[in-house]
Amino acid sequence: MGGALAVLSRIARSRVIDRLGMRRPTERVVFEATRTGFRTAGAVSRTFARKSGSDGPARLADRESGRFDLTPTDGQRMIVDVVREFADEVMRPAAEKADAACVAPDEVLGSALELGLTLLEVPESAGGLGTERSTTTAVLVAEALARGDMGLAVACLSPASVATALSLWGDGAQQQTYLSTFTGSEIPAAALAIAEPRPLFDPFDPRTTAVRTGDGYALNGTKSMVVRAADAELFVIAARLEGSGPALFLVESDTRGLEIEAEPAMGLRAASLARVVCTDVRLPRRALLGDAAPETYAECVRLSRLGWCAVAIGTGQAVLDYVVPYVKERKAFGEPIAHRQSVAFMVATIGTELEGMRLATYRAAARAEQGKDFAREVALARRLCAEYGMRIGSDGVQLLGGHGYVKEHPVERWYRDLRAVGVVEGGLLV
Amino acid sequence: MINLEPPKKLRAFVNQAHQVAAEFVRPLSRRYDLAEHAYPKELDMLASMVDGLNQSGQGQGAGAKGVRRQANGDDEDAGVRNGSNLASVLSIMEMSWGDVGLLLSMPRQGLGNSAIASVADDQQLERFDGVWAGMAITEPGCGSDSAAIRTTAEPDGDDYVINGEKIFVTAGDRCDAVVVWASLDRSRGRAAIKSFVVEKGTPGMRVERLDHKLGIRASDTATIVFEDCRVPKANLLGNPEIHDDQGFAGVMQTFDNTRPLVAAMAVGCARAALEVTRDLLRDAGVETDYDRPPHLQPAAAATYLAMEADWEAAYLLTLQAAWMADNDRPNSLQASMAKAKAARTANDITLRCVELAGSVGYSEHELLEKWARDSKILDIFEGTQQIQQLIIARRLLHLTSTDLR
Repeated sequence: MGGALAVLSRIARSRVIDRLGMRRPTERVVFEATRTGFRTAGAVSRTFARKSGSDGPARLADRESGRFDLTPTDGQRMIVDVVREFADEVMRPAAEKADAACVAPDEVLGSALELGLTLLEVPESAGGLGTERSTTTAVLVAEALARGDMGLAVACLSPASVATALSLWGDGAQQQTYLSTFTGSEIPAAALAIAEPRPLFDPFDPRTTAVRTGDGYALNGTKSMVVRAADAELFVIAARLEGSGPALFLVESDTRGLEIEAEPAMGLRAASLARVVCTDVRLPRRALLGDAAPETYAECVRLSRLGWCAVAIGTGQAVLDYVVPYVKERKAFGEPIAHRQSVAFMVATIGTELEGMRLATYRAAARAEQGKDFAREVALARRLCAEYGMRIGSDGVQLLGGHGYVKEHPVERWYRDLRAVGVVEGGLLV
Repeated sequence: MINLEPPKKLRAFVNQAHQVAAEFVRPLSRRYDLAEHAYPKELDMLASMVDGLNQSGQGQGAGAKGVRRQANGDDEDAGVRNGSNLASVLSIMEMSWGDVGLLLSMPRQGLGNSAIASVADDQQLERFDGVWAGMAITEPGCGSDSAAIRTTAEPDGDDYVINGEKIFVTAGDRCDAVVVWASLDRSRGRAAIKSFVVEKGTPGMRVERLDHKLGIRASDTATIVFEDCRVPKANLLGNPEIHDDQGFAGVMQTFDNTRPLVAAMAVGCARAALEVTRDLLRDAGVETDYDRPPHLQPAAAATYLAMEADWEAAYLLTLQAAWMADNDRPNSLQASMAKAKAARTANDITLRCVELAGSVGYSEHELLEKWARDSKILDIFEGTQQIQQLIIARRLLHLTSTDLR
């Protein structure tokens, strides 16, 4: 409840939604996100002032419940209402242009930050809004955002993934050095980079390597599908730590040897996807996040996959909400096509599978925030969301026929976006 | 607060149901599959145990009668109830993990009992307490289009006189009574269809024959004929008036309550197959890893993960439908979603498990082949897959049965 009120008071202050209509369209970005392979150095990052972290890290406590319950808390309902309105009024109208330009408008990104979406899982004591673990809240928010647009949702949530990672695994120094910037007024763009550009990629076996040097590590390798990489000031990068296993590293964007290469894809274009190429990137010892513990890394991969499940549900819901009125209005053979079983049953299957995806995702989220093992539940939710999410995207286009194939309707974009679920690792973290 | 774990307070009860399924039910599975139509007398003792369990209150009112909607009491803080519907589906999952056919043969736990619990008034509930009731809807000439039934119930003095033939009556031979769907006036269509409790031994009612089936062979499936069969007017369940505007509402209400139960049977049966298959695959050197991408695992492991994912969706949809019933929320859509997903998933899973286990799965050495036969009925009775699709589609599209036929 406390978190919800904090979010609402932010909104009241910023009047995000009123203001947005009056903003001018974004100026052209220097980085050419639409040109595959366009290379540039990483964004010039601010100076992250080093802190000693003598107070130790701030952590959120697990939740507890003994009852089967599908009712969101009052706080969750309030947050989701606001986010849903933002998604409907601001994101959906901006989605088509953002998709074409391969860039999310500053207004949308700025408003998302003002809504406090980055801070939901950051402990209050570290300047955030969290009073206890709330993976479920993060899932509900990601779902509601993605109902507006998946690409924009991913772009908006990218900094949150890094803030949440810092809250979960950062030590005192890392939290005070970096997390503090996420709770201030100028929130940095940031990205979680796990995927690598090759078929059969296994996040537990990254080819990006971290070799120990005298005073830290040297990073080499290429990360793929990194959200808004050209704007990001801070990355969390997955690499295989020499003599250990996969681990997470905090990398500032203007570290020498780090380059950004545009990687526009089939969908999620508003997220300005890019590769991050690391060539002998030198990192200090303090860059290692979470002590390279295998459990931390596994939790990161799982929570990231959970984030993708959440956006799949949101976009799946967008498809369902769009096709229902369409098939009732569209006539063929003298009656609405919805009156035909072959059409109606497709809608029924979309509805049923979507509900299954949603429940499986919520179960995994609830287990995560209660500190229970959720490896199984995430794996199953991911499978459902990848499989049926894509099928929903495909059926969405099919139900509109030729009209679904052209950009006059958003279903072709959702089709492209939904293919990302089950493909991308990293990017999101709930 | 969102939490999708089975409730703590039911844990002991569900464990108990599992023990019963493992120690009493499962060992009888093959015997009564082979000896079709032999009465599984062991179940009498089991049924008494279930009765005892329910009377002790430990089962939270689980069982066929557990579907009765109750006014929301103040027994729980915050108003969220985990009640008899949830307890029922959870225990049915366990018992069906043991054996679906035997579960359907459990005395006093018939679908007719759920129908009575759903629509009977308090007096009827008391009168039919302890009666084992089957359900008689289908006729030789109609199945899914239950509005087309030809069985009639004509008022005559203090009685109704029933004439017609019912087929596919589960537990029809063994039960003490059947809930029969019949029309008060065939010219008035579906609104005239009412359900009647007809007790065994009523003159004019006879069990004509038993069917030989693909699966659930431990359960008897009977054809019952009614010839000038007189039942007292007090045996009509629900409202005796014909309201054309209400249509099917009265008798159909039963289905919102029984479909989650059938979904639970599917979930239990599928879990049995998944568990045996997991062990067989492990013996064969294949284990599934939840973290590694499925494409990097053996095909059998990836297939297994896909099946388990569908199972998870079916399981949670079933709990959702029951939870909504416990909390007095309309759940017609969710009940059909649960039934549709769980039944088709159980059928797919059990068949796929046979395939994965090869000849071990296909032979009678294991129960996998049996479950693959048993599961098929779950996608047919209490509304076929296609009927569920119709219901779901009508709800989602806000279309009537005239628009979407």
